[in-house]
Amino acid sequence: MNVFIDYLLVFAVGGGICVLGQLFINYTKMTSARILVIFLLIGVVLEACGVFESIKEVAQAGITVPITGFGSNLAKGAIKGARENGVLGAIVGGTKAASAGLAGAIFIGFLSALVAKPKSKGVK
Amino acid sequence: MILNKEEQKVYKKEIKDVAPKTKHISTLLRAFFTGGTICCIGQGVNQVLGILLPSLTEEDRGGYTTLLMIFFTGILTAFGVYDHIGNFGGAGSIIPITGFANSIVSQAMEHKREGIIFGICSNMFAIAGPVIVMGITASVVVGIVYLFL
Amino acid sequence: MKNQTVLFRSPVPVAETATIAGPKEKEGPLHAYFHYTLEDDLLKQDSHEHAEIRLHVGVLKQLLNRAKLSPQEIDCAFAGDLLDEIIGSNFAMRELDIPFFGIYNACATFGESLILGSCMIEGGFAERVTCSVTSHFATAERQYRYPLELGCQRTPLSQWTVTGAGATLLDKNATSKIKITSGTIGKVVDYGIKDANDMGCVMAPAALSTLRTHLQDTGRTVDYYDKIFTGDLGYSGSLLLQKKASETGIILHNHEDCGNLIYNRIAQNVESGGSGACCCGLVFNGYIYDQLQKGRLKKVLLMPTGALLSKTSSLQGESIPAICHAVSVEVIE
Repeated sequence: MNVFIDYLLVFAVGGGICVLGQLFINYTKMTSARILVIFLLIGVVLEACGVFESIKEVAQAGITVPITGFGSNLAKGAIKGARENGVLGAIVGGTKAASAGLAGAIFIGFLSALVAKPKSKGVK
Repeated sequence: MILNKEEQKVYKKEIKDVAPKTKHISTLLRAFFTGGTICCIGQGVNQVLGILLPSLTEEDRGGYTTLLMIFFTGILTAFGVYDHIGNFGGAGSIIPITGFANSIVSQAMEHKREGIIFGICSNMFAIAGPVIVMGITASVVVGIVYLFL
Repeated sequence: MKNQTVLFRSPVPVAETATIAGPKEKEGPLHAYFHYTLEDDLLKQDSHEHAEIRLHVGVLKQLLNRAKLSPQEIDCAFAGDLLDEIIGSNFAMRELDIPFFGIYNACATFGESLILGSCMIEGGFAERVTCSVTSHFATAERQYRYPLELGCQRTPLSQWTVTGAGATLLDKNATSKIKITSGTIGKVVDYGIKDANDMGCVMAPAALSTLRTHLQDTGRTVDYYDKIFTGDLGYSGSLLLQKKASETGIILHNHEDCGNLIYNRIAQNVESGGSGACCCGLVFNGYIYDQLQKGRLKKVLLMPTGALLSKTSSLQGESIPAICHAVSVEVIE
């Protein structure tokens, strides 16, 4: 039963964040890049204020899978770096923590582009 | 001929009258459903990893989950499936980390014909670039602020 | 030339037409009128740009075959498309031995080419002229919007770029009864719209401005024509044109839009309809020409509309200017 409630929360929070994004799209005609940047910054700010962890306790993947999780990782790494390593840590910490997402996306992007071709839409 | 500001406003209103309305409820529901599903898949991957590799720290598990989600997206994009998910789900498929990965993979694929260096490599971040620049800049700012705290 | 309108003293005969339509157009309601249709929009090339060049070469060769002419017998060719630096036409022409003018007015290019070609013939500078345009969904999407595989939603106002090629042969000595009688050269009109997904509403004012000028210059009314075809205003743009026209006292009861005709808007999921340089190119050279030949239509006004934007101009916050040319085509016994 606990697992079911866990997933329900993940679904609700993750879906809720996306609904918020859809509202932005519908009412302001924003494009993908702007939406991604906004939610990324929301993640950074939540982490910097220390709120992110408590949301994560409850919502788990609901908040870490959206790009807000990527933002929080960046901020978390920077804070950790600043505490342990001073100036250098403050500057490299964020990128270090988020490097899984970055390196993964770059690598898979490069590979797919080598292998696959884009298809035209609408032709079944 | 260019209209002045006042006339432009009037014309914009006229467009609103004839334009088909965005179906708000339907797009919002679809975004909710798609976003929720993708997050649940992420949660599932995370838990399965926890069972299979119990020695991983929580942080590493998160890293592996991100990598796997990005990997799935890469495959779905390469096979031409993700754009259909995107057309259905809207923001529901843009905001999760999979949307970020899709924006990189789709750009890389699109520019394949211009060659590896000037096509794939230099165009990969046309959409995702702002995310990386803003994200890293913000993290450095946060880091510096915390130096003085 | 009267004001903006060229009235041809000896109307220019339209001798022959040729069309190649893409796979999605083939599923549309006008499929029976196209001379050749494609199964695959890549044409076995390795990029969509190459495919568009093949389309252009193909449609001109088809036109010459149908008219039983060799390239040397053509005095000059007017051609254009939507690619940067109109490479579709420029590269196609290196394979054909025809003197060539490359032209660009976005989706109004076809109208521009018909007017220029007719003027060449009327002025006695040429006897045979070809006018051709191509457009391709995948190349336009990449140039003006997003990568093909990016997951994003199409807005309800967006239009679907037509994949295809259309070509017309104008021949001074042809026996064809179908003739171009006048052409109105449009002025650039800018109503300050910045939404690049809303082409129909950007172009509707240009269409209205050219239509009013044309009626004024020729002293005709809307009723003179059996049908008035606009290029690619789509569903919303057409509504807007009819509404704005009725405000100025013109009741457009015989108006059709090529963007609405070419697809089954709801079933084919194209939001507001078709667009692109070849939208009116396919509809005119396929459907309208056929109707004129069969005598179902006798007097037609073709008004291709074009939105003159580039990706750079949009990013720099410029609004989108638009243009519309009008060409009257009539059956003269």
